[in-house]
Amino acid sequence: MKNKLNIVISVLAVLALLLTACATPTTEAPKPTAAPAQPTAVPATKAPEATKAPEPTKPPEPYVIGAFLSSTGPASSLGQPEVDTVNMMAEQFNKAGGIKGPDGKMHEVVVKMYDDQSDPTKAVEAVKKIVESDKALVIVGGTSSGASIAVNETVTKAKIPFISVASSSAIVTKADGSQHEWVFKTPQQNLPVAQVQIDWLKAKGFTKIASVGVNDAFGKDSMAAMKKAAGDAKINLVYEGTFEPKTTDFSPQITAIKAAAPEAVIVHAVPAEGAPFTVQYRDLGLKFPLVHNHGIGNQAFIDTAKVAANGVLFPIGKILVIDQLAANDPQKPVIDKYIADYKAKFNKAPSSFGGHAWDAMIMVKMALEAAGPDSAKIRDFLETKIVKFVGISGIFTIDAKDHTGIGKESLVMVQIKDGKWLYVAPADYAKVP
Amino acid sequence: MPSSEQLAQLILSGITQGSIYALIALGFVTIYNVTGVINFSQGEFAVIGAFVAITLSQKVLLWHGQMTASLEWPLPVAALIGVAAAVLIGVLLYRLGIQPSRNASPLSQIVVTIGASIALRGLVLLAWGTDPYRLTPFTEGPPFDLMGAILTRQSVWVMGLTVVFVVSLFLFFKYTLIGKALRASSANPGAARLMGINPQWMGLIAFALSAGLSALAGIVVAPVTFMTFDRGLMLSLKGFVAMIMGGLTDPVGAVVGGLILGVVESLAAGLISSGYRDAFTFAILVVVLLVRLGGFIKGRKGEALERAGL
Repeated sequence: MKNKLNIVISVLAVLALLLTACATPTTEAPKPTAAPAQPTAVPATKAPEATKAPEPTKPPEPYVIGAFLSSTGPASSLGQPEVDTVNMMAEQFNKAGGIKGPDGKMHEVVVKMYDDQSDPTKAVEAVKKIVESDKALVIVGGTSSGASIAVNETVTKAKIPFISVASSSAIVTKADGSQHEWVFKTPQQNLPVAQVQIDWLKAKGFTKIASVGVNDAFGKDSMAAMKKAAGDAKINLVYEGTFEPKTTDFSPQITAIKAAAPEAVIVHAVPAEGAPFTVQYRDLGLKFPLVHNHGIGNQAFIDTAKVAANGVLFPIGKILVIDQLAANDPQKPVIDKYIADYKAKFNKAPSSFGGHAWDAMIMVKMALEAAGPDSAKIRDFLETKIVKFVGISGIFTIDAKDHTGIGKESLVMVQIKDGKWLYVAPADYAKVP
Repeated sequence: MPSSEQLAQLILSGITQGSIYALIALGFVTIYNVTGVINFSQGEFAVIGAFVAITLSQKVLLWHGQMTASLEWPLPVAALIGVAAAVLIGVLLYRLGIQPSRNASPLSQIVVTIGASIALRGLVLLAWGTDPYRLTPFTEGPPFDLMGAILTRQSVWVMGLTVVFVVSLFLFFKYTLIGKALRASSANPGAARLMGINPQWMGLIAFALSAGLSALAGIVVAPVTFMTFDRGLMLSLKGFVAMIMGGLTDPVGAVVGGLILGVVESLAAGLISSGYRDAFTFAILVVVLLVRLGGFIKGRKGEALERAGL
């Protein structure tokens, strides 16, 4: 008997170790650890000056851009197109000879790419490495809101500008409403997304909604935005609930939603949880219209949820439905070119998430051209000189009070129909789903 | 206060989840009784079985999109091969890991199984990536309404097949020669050996049986809760807790333990907070360990406890 107890207890001890090793920390101030991640992919860059150097002078020093994105983990369906886009852009820059700095010379672009495994702790480790050993001038990354928020302290201390590709308002906005000095971001905030959803609710004449989201930085921010927007529009939240990241059984939340009998259900999640939620929601026979936010706008959502995705509505950037928008849309040429480049290289359509990375890389290029290898000047450029910049996610005008630079006007309502994205014009809101 | 419909719904989903824990716990008990090893690869068998079945029955991208599987075989065939794959891995684990270390302490053997589970998880991650996959439900159609609670068709499959598996397992143990031999070597390995029962063969059969059982559990639940590469560890832990609740050696106790665990989890998530789902599982574990290692069901400690100093 005693022997048995010993076995059980030792096994538990081992498992406790395993569990802590596998757990995804959601804390926002992770401790540094001694084992930083290794760079996983550095684009093969040529050094043209080195091979054909006609004179003994050294080639101009390369411009180093740090990047940390989630190629693995729950956010990987968002992160992989971002990784692909960053690598593709760097390759394009270098094919053109590099970036022409203010000194008039062409500088090779070197991207130091790290996989944060959808884990804020690993993101901080990667950024520390980017800052301390790679000596990057500027950082692009943070697939998930949690990772983007977690690295704030590190980039601020190091005084390195950071452009995030995640959406939570807390990435760039302090508690008092002012902006974090060194952090910018390219995706829309969650508040304008909620406002588009509210426009649709108003068009339908709905006043009772359920709001359910994943319990992480992104989901909580999106839920808070919905609460605020709904309050402004006098729409009642008859149910508010969360589920944990990596949840597989959503029946408690769906049961409660059914009991609350809303007129529509708003979900705040990425495909990893949003797709299973949608499937179980349909399986359990609920008929209230299902509205997601911009976290699910990629092919992985349709591939995983299959027929259950049919009829899902969500606001997102224009890229998914650009072929259905007016030909004179100012973003159309930029988006068409990005789609063509991406398709030629990766043989599949890009997502809005890759688009966020494209915007960030072009901003970095413009800043390096104007400011050169000086992080403080790059930051100043990003804050003052990004004016009416036509990108994939929208037309950006960044200033000291707004480090995002795009809002509601950059979003369109999209419906999923038979595995395809379908643009819904504001005039048609009352007709869908 | 939740309505009775809500309670009924939570209990129904709890039983569905609990059925899976029960099957995995049964696998634990079978292996433990015959070999004295607590096999922590149990959950990985479920994951591998489900992934193989998914790959054979629908279009799936493998190895980071470098390979596309579009065999689209009928589900029963795919499921059978999924089970076979898990059985094969179970057999290999026994032959390559457990049998060579049979003279080591039980704890070392447990560590071997933990190592195997980490390796298998890595393999699944490489092949299938981190995305969640869903197996097509066994039968399409609208869900059933049961006292206001919704019962999906797949949940009926889960519960029904669990009953079938458990009953046939008991019949197997009770009436077949191999089943009797397994019970004999669990009750008294020394005497069983004198009767000409080869304990190594029995260990092999126990591993194969448990792996198949877990794979079946993974396959029937994949349409409900999806499957991801990292679910194995949690499934193992839940199955282990169910086994402990049943008193380590008692198959009936393990099944009951699994069902109770599923219902408690579902109620905790629905009535308190979904964040406490797993916390409740492990709170139960601590209580059982502190209060009663013999399990919840009294008077069924089982003769296996007495054997070999345990």
